[in-house]
Amino acid sequence: MPGLLRSTLVGLVLALLALAIFGPISNMILWAFTEQWYFPAKLPQAYGFAFWERVFRPQGNAMVSLVNSVLIACMTVVVSLAFAIPAGLALGRGRLPFRVVFLLLFLLPQAFPSLAVHMNIARIFYTIGLNGTFLGVVLVHALQGMVFSVWIAAAAFGAVDRELEEAAANMGARPLRVFFTVTLPLALPGLMASAIFVFLISLDEFTGTYFVGVPDITTMPLLLFTASMEGNYQIASITALLLLVPSVAFMLVIERFLKSDVLAKVGH
Amino acid sequence: MMQQAVQAHAPAEGPAPLGAAISLKDLHLGYDRTDVIAGLSLDVQAGEFIALLGASGCGKTTLLRALAGFVPVRQGQILLDGTDLSHTPPEARGMAMMFQSYALWPHMTVAQNIGYGLKLRGQSRAQIAARVADIAGLVGLGDLTGRRIAALSGGQKQRVALARALAVDPPVLLLDEPLSNLDAGTRGTMRHEIRALQQRLGLTTILVTHDRQEAMSMADRVVILNRGRIAQIGTPEEVYHRPADSYVARFMGATNTLPVDLGGGEELILSLPDGARARLPRAALHVPQTVAPGPAELIFRSDAVELGEVNGAGQGGAGPNSAGLTLRGRVAQHSYLGSVYRHEIRIGALRLMADAARKMPIGADVDACIPATALSLFPARSQTAVTGSKAAAPVAHPL
Repeated sequence: MPGLLRSTLVGLVLALLALAIFGPISNMILWAFTEQWYFPAKLPQAYGFAFWERVFRPQGNAMVSLVNSVLIACMTVVVSLAFAIPAGLALGRGRLPFRVVFLLLFLLPQAFPSLAVHMNIARIFYTIGLNGTFLGVVLVHALQGMVFSVWIAAAAFGAVDRELEEAAANMGARPLRVFFTVTLPLALPGLMASAIFVFLISLDEFTGTYFVGVPDITTMPLLLFTASMEGNYQIASITALLLLVPSVAFMLVIERFLKSDVLAKVGH
Repeated sequence: MMQQAVQAHAPAEGPAPLGAAISLKDLHLGYDRTDVIAGLSLDVQAGEFIALLGASGCGKTTLLRALAGFVPVRQGQILLDGTDLSHTPPEARGMAMMFQSYALWPHMTVAQNIGYGLKLRGQSRAQIAARVADIAGLVGLGDLTGRRIAALSGGQKQRVALARALAVDPPVLLLDEPLSNLDAGTRGTMRHEIRALQQRLGLTTILVTHDRQEAMSMADRVVILNRGRIAQIGTPEEVYHRPADSYVARFMGATNTLPVDLGGGEELILSLPDGARARLPRAALHVPQTVAPGPAELIFRSDAVELGEVNGAGQGGAGPNSAGLTLRGRVAQHSYLGSVYRHEIRIGALRLMADAARKMPIGADVDACIPATALSLFPARSQTAVTGSKAAAPVAHPL
């Protein structure tokens, strides 16, 4: 009897979990293919692809936003890795004085309300002409992802066994060679993980893009925002579905190179 | 290319090329403010196998890492064939080290690990492949070269680490406790294999170990370190049979200590703790240091003790006076060591370990005879000065 109760409970919890995860998504999928859905009805009254045509028509800027989003996300990954690798190397090796202070410093952009941070960044970027540029948006996104990329990179470099590097030096490798043949390959799983985070954060970023990019740079989240503000749930749902494409594609690519047990080692 | 290949084979077949000679002069090494090694000087001949032996914390690993260039030299010189290397970076020293953890690169295959040093030296793929196959055969890795490091057993990893170090034809091979992670059986064979390889290749080799058997069975000379200083340098026979001080004696397995009161000149008169007196000819004992009359200690091995039953008729010639000491005690405990029984003998407040082929029953009264030639006499030390007891086998403590 307790066994039955137990399995019922487990089943219930699983069902709730599935509802929490898949409920919003299935609602979104329904809306994406809806042509008519008025209030009292439980399900759409008419299905069709009319709104897909509207999204993909040349004057609708969905495709431009999608390309923008992916481009910005890729550039953000490059920028933040270019910063996180040296920073992670310095912080992960524990020689730096006030190491913890530095690590916490990267948390600061997250610690303040993002509206306040982004409003002021926009103000500064405006004076130096970065507002409304790709670079400006990429920098804002990189700042958002900084705490993840630096912390994960620091953990990844910190986890590389010193003796492995010493063994390479002992075989005659100069420091730079040691870094590229031993340190970097061993830290790579962690760096890939940080790249995933940064990519996904950038793809999802809204306030920074809103303050710095608009109206010159439009990304998918901005398009989504506009559509839902206008009450246009079909457009919003289709945009959201489109937004899933690069995320899932990126994760699949990463998954091909990384097994989850490697990712789980991050931070050890 | 053919010539290269022949050259690569040369160490294995031709007359062994000698490794380089190492000379350490007044070496000071340390971390932070403390000197781990203070003023150490040592000359190692080309092709010699030296074992640095000592308890943990004696500075032996620091010394080895300093040779490899990972510990900065504070003062003094490290000379390799007369060239001072003390401030040369690790990558330019040419001393191949085998790490205790093996330090194999997990993101490379066995072949890539072994060939790493060769690739750095700009050799072609074909050359590297030939050399890797060669070395892998030499250390008994056979056809494992395609494997990932994670797919190897401990003994195989150890061979890869050795192969990687040997692949670059180093003038000096540094071994940091190479066998400590292996099970007893593999350890025994690896000792012989490493020694045979070293002889064949003529490498100057420095082994760090805390295992005296490992040091004695592999090395030409054993250097016993105690607190950053050399306690004794000598052949395995010398350090085993003629220890320079009581630390060496204990470290080399002389577990029995007998506090005595010393008197006399050429003939030593010993007052034993049980009140008895014994006279021994000074020349028969091993007395490496000057021992003033007064408190002293006799140190001897458990296998030097001959046990006899008190009433025993089979006691033979070991009398209570002439060529040795005879102590009367009672068997308190015994354990079987495989070839002998080790007995714990209680003599008053004293405990001695004595090995015998025959098992004496617990509680039996026995005579423990120690020939004078098996005794080493040292000045007495306070008990707090006793170090290295952790690494040595069970020490007999006066209770």
